[in-house]
Amino acid sequence: MTNEELKQYISALFPTVTYDETGEFLNILIASTELKPLIKTLRYEDDLKFNFLFCLTCIDWKTNLMMVYHLISKTHKHIVVIKAKIADVVKPEIETVCDIYQTANFHEREVYDLFGVNFKNHPDMRRLLLDESWEGYPLRKNYVDENMITI
Amino acid sequence: MSLLGEDYTTEEGEFVINIGPQHPSTHGVLHLKVWLDGETIKKVQPHLGYIHRSIEKMSESLSYRNFIYATSRMDYLSAHINNQACALCVEKGLQIEAPPRAQMIRIILAELTRLASHQLWWGCTGLDLGAVSPFFYAFREREAILEIMEETCGARLTQNFCVPGGIMADIHPNFQKRTKDVLKQIKSKFQEYDDVLTGNVIFENRNKNVGFLTAEDAISFGCTGPMARGSGVSCDVRKWFPYDGYDKVQFDEVLGKEGDCFSRYMVRMNEMKQSVSIIEQLIDNIPEGDFQAKTKMVLKLPKGEFYQRVETARGELGVFIVSDGAASPYRIKYRSPNFSNLSALDHVARGYKIGDLVAIMSTIDLIIPDVDR
Repeated sequence: MTNEELKQYISALFPTVTYDETGEFLNILIASTELKPLIKTLRYEDDLKFNFLFCLTCIDWKTNLMMVYHLISKTHKHIVVIKAKIADVVKPEIETVCDIYQTANFHEREVYDLFGVNFKNHPDMRRLLLDESWEGYPLRKNYVDENMITI
Repeated sequence: MSLLGEDYTTEEGEFVINIGPQHPSTHGVLHLKVWLDGETIKKVQPHLGYIHRSIEKMSESLSYRNFIYATSRMDYLSAHINNQACALCVEKGLQIEAPPRAQMIRIILAELTRLASHQLWWGCTGLDLGAVSPFFYAFREREAILEIMEETCGARLTQNFCVPGGIMADIHPNFQKRTKDVLKQIKSKFQEYDDVLTGNVIFENRNKNVGFLTAEDAISFGCTGPMARGSGVSCDVRKWFPYDGYDKVQFDEVLGKEGDCFSRYMVRMNEMKQSVSIIEQLIDNIPEGDFQAKTKMVLKLPKGEFYQRVETARGELGVFIVSDGAASPYRIKYRSPNFSNLSALDHVARGYKIGDLVAIMSTIDLIIPDVDR
């Protein structure tokens, strides 16, 4: 499907989503609560079949956190990027997608580790790279490392 | 619950053993906690972070020229390809393209890197499964490739030869001749590789019908590279999203069928032959011209997001740069192939014997610095 067709298809099912086409891929901007139904549709609808989650990460925009999901369909060869905005930066929460894409298990743990986003219903929500006793979330923009020496 | 918040709970008859972080078969500081029932694996839990150097955080304070050098230390066996990914991503942001000469030298070096990496893997796989000789055979050819790298790039492992806009310097006058000599040497040794290891009964028995991964699971786990291609999933970035002129080169994407350890092994063995063929097509046709496009002293990417992927020796490496218009990235994410491949380990290893875990690990071909970043 082309980007235009994808937009029409998705807008028919989710009228509230907005799009951003300034970048390389079609970006779908949503609120964090809409994520699960949207991803389920993208994954399981026969015409869409986005079966490969090739990148999952988070961006800290200081006023909000943004989860970014890069999806590609191995059968139809189209790509979309979903951007879910999490407004609450103090206690960020979003629904997990690791029951749909198993690769999300590790990627979400990494995001939890470095950004502090809590994934609801994740089977194993522990830190992945850092020690359990680590305080703070290093990739957040407001993170201050007390041990850092500036030369 | 212990000090580290670790889980050692077992069911009746089960016990937990720790493999690593300093176990030689884990190829680096990977710590695996394995739940066993007798000899049968019930669950594998990887513990990561022993060499986490926060390269993503570091890159946020480095300039667009400097962050490339940090990425050589991720997958150190594909260092050149990592650099290439970053250089391409910055070029995408700047909307420039490397000159044809630079592009061609880049992919020749990338294929040499792939050859060297697969040779090291081949040697180590033999070593893991009890065959010591392949290690020396593999290092003989790998050494010859590294010498070419040393002569042209100035370094053997962390080449740092790619810069935004091309390559750092022109090739050494001996480059073409030496590369052709090495290719000749490698081609004459493929039969030897097969004689030493591939057809060996013990080796085959330890790899065949072990560590199955279905195509569907490979996609769900985000596996790429030889690991996914061993299960028959077409995912070669060089074919799907050609970069640096791979679309002008003739080569086949090597696909396996069964999805077991031996299938992954054969994919890598055949990939080496494809790499040799790619270099042979290019080595005599390097165009004349500049090796670097003209760029500004201080690079600034326009506001926006840029994603570039390349095929490293282990799979798809994605570089995702978020720019706010400043001289260093606002956020950078490396989608490393090993990270996703490792997440499938638990699924692949369940139900097999503890001895098979070594075979499974060695055919996944993990590089731990790439997992931890």
